[in-house]
Amino acid sequence: MLFWPERDWILTVLPEQTPSSSPSAAALVLRVADVDVARGERLLAGGLSFDVRAGEAVTITGPNGAGKSTFLRMLAGLLPVEHGRIAIDGADADTPVAAQAHYLGHLNALKPALSVRENLEFWADMLAGGGPAAALSPAAALAAFGLEHVLDVPGGYLSTGQKRRVALARLLVAHRPLWLLDEPSAGLDVGAQAQLSAVMGRHLAAGGMIVAATHVPLGLPAAREIRLGGDLRGGLAEDVAGDSA
Amino acid sequence: MSAARALFMRELRLAHRVGGGASVGIVFFLILVTIVPFAIGPDLNLLARIGPAVLWIAALLATLLGLDRLFQSDMEDGSLDVLRTADLPLELVVAIKCLAHWTATCLPLAVAAPLFGLMLALDAPAMLGVAATLLAGTPALTFLGAIGAALTVSLRRGGLLMAVLILPMTIPVLIFGVSAAQAASGGTVPFYAPFLILLALSLAALALAPFAAAAALRAMSE
Repeated sequence: MLFWPERDWILTVLPEQTPSSSPSAAALVLRVADVDVARGERLLAGGLSFDVRAGEAVTITGPNGAGKSTFLRMLAGLLPVEHGRIAIDGADADTPVAAQAHYLGHLNALKPALSVRENLEFWADMLAGGGPAAALSPAAALAAFGLEHVLDVPGGYLSTGQKRRVALARLLVAHRPLWLLDEPSAGLDVGAQAQLSAVMGRHLAAGGMIVAATHVPLGLPAAREIRLGGDLRGGLAEDVAGDSA
Repeated sequence: MSAARALFMRELRLAHRVGGGASVGIVFFLILVTIVPFAIGPDLNLLARIGPAVLWIAALLATLLGLDRLFQSDMEDGSLDVLRTADLPLELVVAIKCLAHWTATCLPLAVAAPLFGLMLALDAPAMLGVAATLLAGTPALTFLGAIGAALTVSLRRGGLLMAVLILPMTIPVLIFGVSAAQAASGGTVPFYAPFLILLALSLAALALAPFAAAAALRAMSE
């Protein structure tokens, strides 16, 4: 009895707070300005600066331990940005970058005890903020990765590649303009990699932005590449070409 | 469905499907309560006198032991990272997870407590007193426990450490819970004084613990 008023208050007041997708998505620009990537006390890459415009993709490459995942986690707001600034221009200034981004890490965020449909419906509710959004139903999102037949299968029964594809389908059930993908094609077969390329192409064509850390080509011919690590002093080789237009 | 409701329902569903949810907590509670008369002997007067305290300690342990996985499973499968990019602030995510955990495990304990009171020869007012104080006091235990669960989220065997961290903080809850429960069946202390303090402890934990636990989760994931 004690808690029902509290819960009703939570349920009714808070979900409305964040507009998750704005119709003017085409005007968005992710700006990364002078960001240092550090793991603990160790500086992995210094003075990272680049823009990602609507419809653009950037791949982050580099050897193991170069700071690719750390940088993506910083973009997603999971790690504090000690130096520099990460922002999305053209969006509501009060909405943090993390609330406009899908973060796909190494782990799939898939509950083995829940069915694939329940998993995806949960993330749709959680990430779309109840907004309207041009998002797909769980079934349609799975169909984009050729997995519509596993809709009612518990997450724990899936194979590694299938789990990854369900995690990728999460990107489609709630609309968010910025996709932060950490090794998105890990564990995928050739067919699924092509599906992933197609899905990313459609996201870009709709004015989305993608930042992906990867070791293998993702099938995005227009993607710019930013190399972390490597031989440059400060740990960063830049792409800069075409960045000042 | 709103994000908060979706999270609440998912937590209840997971509690139900993984590890049997409420039933295991109740069985654990039952076993603890059953062991006591074996250890103390069949002295009904003594059992009736210490009954509320036994029920409270059993409820305390049953609550805390189920809490160590509160954030750990989400941490291990990456859900916690994604939850942190959700539209809800992490503090609210913590609070909703605690409320769902309370609904799934503590609420059944409070409901079952009068029944188990029979085994300790409690009289009717004492049974109701125990049920009422558990209902009022277990939110404080859950929310305090969430702080410990957040602090030990990245430790694989964090359950015991969490209990060590949190049990000292639950002593005030235990004191006022047991004294209110005993006051319910007569005695020199009025029922409402300790009961209201118990409510205050629960409200304070509800208001403050989500911030502490969320800060711990952020620090632990770095």
